[in-house]
Amino acid sequence: MSLALSIGVLTAAGVYLVLQRGMIRIILGFVLLTHAVNLLIIAAGGVSRREAPFFGGDTSVAADALPQAFVLTAIVIAFAITVVMATFAVVGRGDDDTEPDHPEPDDSASSGPSAAAGGVESPTNSGDAS
Amino acid sequence: MTGVLEPLLPLFVGAPLLIGGLLFVAPRHHLLRHVLGMGTLVALASGALALVVVTADGTVLAHQVAIWPEGVSIPFVADAFSSLLLLVTAVLSAVCFQYLIASGEARSPSIASFVIVLAGGVGGALLTADLFNLFVFIEVMLLPSYGLLVILSRRGGMGGSRLYVTVNLLASTLFLAGVGLIYAVEGTVNLAELAGAADDPVTAIAAAVCLAAIAVKAAVFPVHGWLARTYAATSPAVAALFSGLHTKVAVYIFYRISAVIFEGEATWMLAILILASVTLIVGAFAAVGEREIRPLLVFQMISGIGFILVGVALFTPLGIAAGIAYMVHHMIVMGSLLLVASAIEQTYGSGRLDRVAGLRTREPLLTAAFVVGALSLAGLPPFSGFVAKYALVLASADAGQVLVAGVLVVISLVALMSMMKVWADMFNGKRHADVELLAAEARVRTRAGLLDDDPVDGDDVAAEAEWAIERHDPPRGVQPADEDPHDHRGTRIPVRLIVPALVLAGLSVALGLGGELLLSLAEQASVGLVDTSDYVRAVMGE
Repeated sequence: MSLALSIGVLTAAGVYLVLQRGMIRIILGFVLLTHAVNLLIIAAGGVSRREAPFFGGDTSVAADALPQAFVLTAIVIAFAITVVMATFAVVGRGDDDTEPDHPEPDDSASSGPSAAAGGVESPTNSGDAS
Repeated sequence: MTGVLEPLLPLFVGAPLLIGGLLFVAPRHHLLRHVLGMGTLVALASGALALVVVTADGTVLAHQVAIWPEGVSIPFVADAFSSLLLLVTAVLSAVCFQYLIASGEARSPSIASFVIVLAGGVGGALLTADLFNLFVFIEVMLLPSYGLLVILSRRGGMGGSRLYVTVNLLASTLFLAGVGLIYAVEGTVNLAELAGAADDPVTAIAAAVCLAAIAVKAAVFPVHGWLARTYAATSPAVAALFSGLHTKVAVYIFYRISAVIFEGEATWMLAILILASVTLIVGAFAAVGEREIRPLLVFQMISGIGFILVGVALFTPLGIAAGIAYMVHHMIVMGSLLLVASAIEQTYGSGRLDRVAGLRTREPLLTAAFVVGALSLAGLPPFSGFVAKYALVLASADAGQVLVAGVLVVISLVALMSMMKVWADMFNGKRHADVELLAAEARVRTRAGLLDDDPVDGDDVAAEAEWAIERHDPPRGVQPADEDPHDHRGTRIPVRLIVPALVLAGLSVALGLGGELLLSLAEQASVGLVDTSDYVRAVMGE
């Protein structure tokens, strides 16, 4: 029951955050959503049997190892994508629908071309890093 | 023969991933990257061709990765359907990569790696017979796509890329939840063990969660809006690449799950039929209302997804065969048209129908590619669209869905209408001085590394336009215009940018004239979907 409630709360909070405009909030929302799905998969394997499934343990009470392998894979993938999304949050210019984290002085008029050149460079670099 | 090929199946995934990874650390040598990248894609295509030949008689190749016992291991399976799509996706990747090389976009250090890794992910998604592994390969496809989107988004804005990542991640998360639910109900995620499992309504709902997630990726009606926004925000060549790979792999998964897990269960197929019909209507009418070539083509693509899904929703042997034939035709033609749009946007810096005009007299090759693509999309003989659409309409009428058959015919006319709109505005209109200025502005921007919304110096643009008019003679056979000096001199689209689109247009003609081949391949592929027992037997090693 507590597992089902946790999944529900995490999903609700995740969906709420994903529907916000700021990229950082969307990222946090996805972190919560993936946690919810990971718990769902763990629940799919059954949580009553908890003994270790190796070293000659009793198989009737051994935990199902497969969902745990699923979750491990899913965590790694979710982590990688969180990093990519974090990159998306910082590259690009302020022409998106996202709110700036702190108000910036308006210097776009004076540094048009040079800022633009920087705008071309930075996505390339960040893309390599990812 | 098959015994030799089976252990090689994981190579369709492993080799591209390995080479793509190595290219990341390779020295900054354009030629090496281009040659290795193209070599890998061509090798993938030849391997896929071999698979198509071997599986053409209904053979199903299966390999248990790492030789674990059946039911425990992750199986890789190649049947006629997956082999056919593997071939078409590999050819499309190679052609789009050729375009990226020709346009200079592939000079960015990681582009070749991304394209190869993407092709590897596609191979994995098409060959795996395990739902969780499918999720992993979808992510393997998506990660390089995010990279391509960011690096090649010319407009400087991240809005489209962010939307793409968010929507796809949401769909992937939903898919993973569906896989978890299926595991909870059935205790397995192996497709063969799940064959026919949707007889149990609980399993059917769990599998429907997966189908819903896949529908988001395939851009089916209520969840199609993101596609036009994101594909229009990236580099046009990347849009062509994605249109052939991402949405079509999603459609492939849709076919596979519908056939294996649902086994064409009537209630669910009726729901899919309704959604598919609405998708093809909405896409076609949305395309007519667009004012830029790329969003117009993307909505045509959404309409095409509807056509393809009608095939599986009918779930008759003829319907599935027609749907698969339409899928192959649509991938090729859409790729061709989007590459035409790429060449125009690359050269003239704009895809707006009201700004670019008069391409017909100046660009005979490009016009040929566009005309073939447009008529094939509308479904006129002798192009591949005619064969595929004729089979689909016939299948709908045969299955008793006369209304759907009528809708297919009427919507084809609407598709022709939107293609006529492009023809009238961009190709047939009179070329004027503004078009030359537009092209000059695009070149000035590219040279200075400016983005689309940066201001440019008007004098530079005027000087560039003068230079182009001085420099370029009118095309052969065209007299210099009497009244308007800008009529036939000035910017021409380089032939190297047109060739990839021409190749795909040629393929469409070949598949239209050799319609028998297209239909027989599709029919063979459909046999394995209508009766999944061979597939199940091969995966379970019986």
